[in-house]
Amino acid sequence: MSGTAEAAPLISVENLEKAYLGRLSIADRLTGRTHTVVQAVNGVSFDIKRGEILGLIGESGCGKSTLGRSILRLQEPTAGRVTFDGQDVTALSPSEMKAMRRRMQIIFQDPYASLNPRRTVAEIVGLPLQLHGLAKTASEARDLVAEIVAKVGLKTAHMDRYPHQFSGGQRQRIGIARALVSHPEFIVCDEPVSALDVSIQAQIIQLLMDLRREMGLTYLFISHDISVIGYLSDRVAVMYLGEIVELGTVDAVLSNPRHPYTQSLMSAVPEVDNPGQRQRVRLTGDLPSPLSPPSGCKFHPRCPLATDVCRTSVPKPESVGANHTAACHRLAENLSLLETEPA
Amino acid sequence: MNIENQQNLLQVEGLRTVFETRAGTVCAVDGVNVTVRRGECLGVVGESGSGKSVTFGSVMGLIRSPGRIDAGRILFDGKDLRELDARQMRAIRGRDIAMTMQDALTALNPALTVGEQLAEVMEAHDGDLPTGRSARKRAIRERSAEMLGLVGIPSPDTRLRQYPHEFSGGMRQRIMIAIALASRPRLLIADEPTTALDVTIQAQVLELISDIRAKLGMSVVLITHDLGVVSEYCDRVMVMYAGQIVEQGATADVVCRPKHPYTKGLLGSLPRLSLRGQAINPIEGQVPELINLPKQCRFYSRCRERAPECLQVIGMQDAGNGQFARCIRVKGEDIK
Repeated sequence: MSGTAEAAPLISVENLEKAYLGRLSIADRLTGRTHTVVQAVNGVSFDIKRGEILGLIGESGCGKSTLGRSILRLQEPTAGRVTFDGQDVTALSPSEMKAMRRRMQIIFQDPYASLNPRRTVAEIVGLPLQLHGLAKTASEARDLVAEIVAKVGLKTAHMDRYPHQFSGGQRQRIGIARALVSHPEFIVCDEPVSALDVSIQAQIIQLLMDLRREMGLTYLFISHDISVIGYLSDRVAVMYLGEIVELGTVDAVLSNPRHPYTQSLMSAVPEVDNPGQRQRVRLTGDLPSPLSPPSGCKFHPRCPLATDVCRTSVPKPESVGANHTAACHRLAENLSLLETEPA
Repeated sequence: MNIENQQNLLQVEGLRTVFETRAGTVCAVDGVNVTVRRGECLGVVGESGSGKSVTFGSVMGLIRSPGRIDAGRILFDGKDLRELDARQMRAIRGRDIAMTMQDALTALNPALTVGEQLAEVMEAHDGDLPTGRSARKRAIRERSAEMLGLVGIPSPDTRLRQYPHEFSGGMRQRIMIAIALASRPRLLIADEPTTALDVTIQAQVLELISDIRAKLGMSVVLITHDLGVVSEYCDRVMVMYAGQIVEQGATADVVCRPKHPYTKGLLGSLPRLSLRGQAINPIEGQVPELINLPKQCRFYSRCRERAPECLQVIGMQDAGNGQFARCIRVKGEDIK
């Protein structure tokens, strides 16, 4: 991978924004009120190199899934640009976009909701081949499906069964096969293991890692589980209320987290090793509503280090080391929640 | 034996809970023995379908047709709950033993305010309430506000008048805990209290449960699939697999020196921050169907250490220090 480090990134996201307009009631219209806006993704920028896994971590509602979907234009971004292999994806026409989708795919979180219960595995996995005209004959399509089905660890005999005949882990394998059958280069993995039991989760993680190596894939791996992200990512982006607050190599971010949110996130993970000996940062309060985001730094209402500056002005990402940025007003003071507050 | 019994608040012996289905009889819980001592926190770990929720649903008397308890005794404070009639059981359920459900949104009544739901529990179970109508109402309101305050919900007086949908996921889970604690139970069964929550909120809820446990001196059963949660919050742990307990003991022993290949496998398949860079080792295969299970070790098909001797009924083996595992490789006395 180091050889390609200087090459242009496969995916480049610049100031991406996605806003949802709230619904107006009749009373709102009569009083002339304008739409309420939920800024789900708010000016996010990052690159992903070819063959790299970028882990995207954040709590529910922070906008990480919306970000993943906006990159693929499954939801149209409201502003910003996504460049894929030198091409501006956001400027493509619908038919060009459809062709592009062969190269960029997604694996969904819920293996129950994301598979059509009335289609067999062969039909589900074969659909992308049909849509992109990748197989000339039915038997060629079936061969290609059989090949990918074997690759994700299912049996050929499984091809004529329906989704309900499979367990959660096997269904997730079907979803992976569907994403891979068109031989894409980039895959958004949207919490692919969150719905699975621990032992099955490990099988799927292993499978995704093996497939990346064999097929030279590039992943945006979305998860709320920092241990999973730490295990498989090359670089990590930490998201809070629509913004990326820290971004860097997995070693830099997890060994030396600089944003107070990353620090508290890491300290909150219950771990099997040395229980009780770790320092714990107790955050108070819940994730604020994205309908009325806090002023200034969005983390300030929950941040133990917040000062007046944090309440009024928005921090910009700053470099805090090689390939490591964080957006916090108090970076210069080099404070760490993990050191200041013993358990 | 007698002294030991007095230490045990809950003692389940040989519990067997089955569900009749068209495909056959599903034995969801098969011969499970549980002891919960006074004041301790017992962790129950297992994957979906391992029988952990059904075991404690049986304790609470929540098993409905097509399910039934086939065998076993459930002793709470020395009384067999299975011998009680519906009215006697209702007096214990919610007052002495309370349970919080995994999904707080479906467990709460969407048509009642949080205050009304708290009041219901107190009306049903609190003997200390004053008898006069207005005094009673006032006492309930004060106690309810106090409970919400205890679980860390700000401005409880306003919040009592709100409905479940007006709260966030973490708040709802805390409200369920408040309702469960409203009758000052001696045993709290928390079924996956934090599974649906984010880590920072999860930490808040778990700290809350352990604070209250220390304050009220109650026992807690924490049902979870997260070994990390168990090792941080539980004194003892039992690991379930396919309807049976496969390992139990003090948390530190089970987590650091697991004896059963399934426990080892679970720990090995966990990505851990502290072991970053090391490969995880998934357990191959899947949980067996719980219908017509052969009389052999249930983990056999997935086990790395399997041997011909495993193809027989395996009992719990004593590994010393109060640690037991259902595996022939543990040399020790076969206990039933």
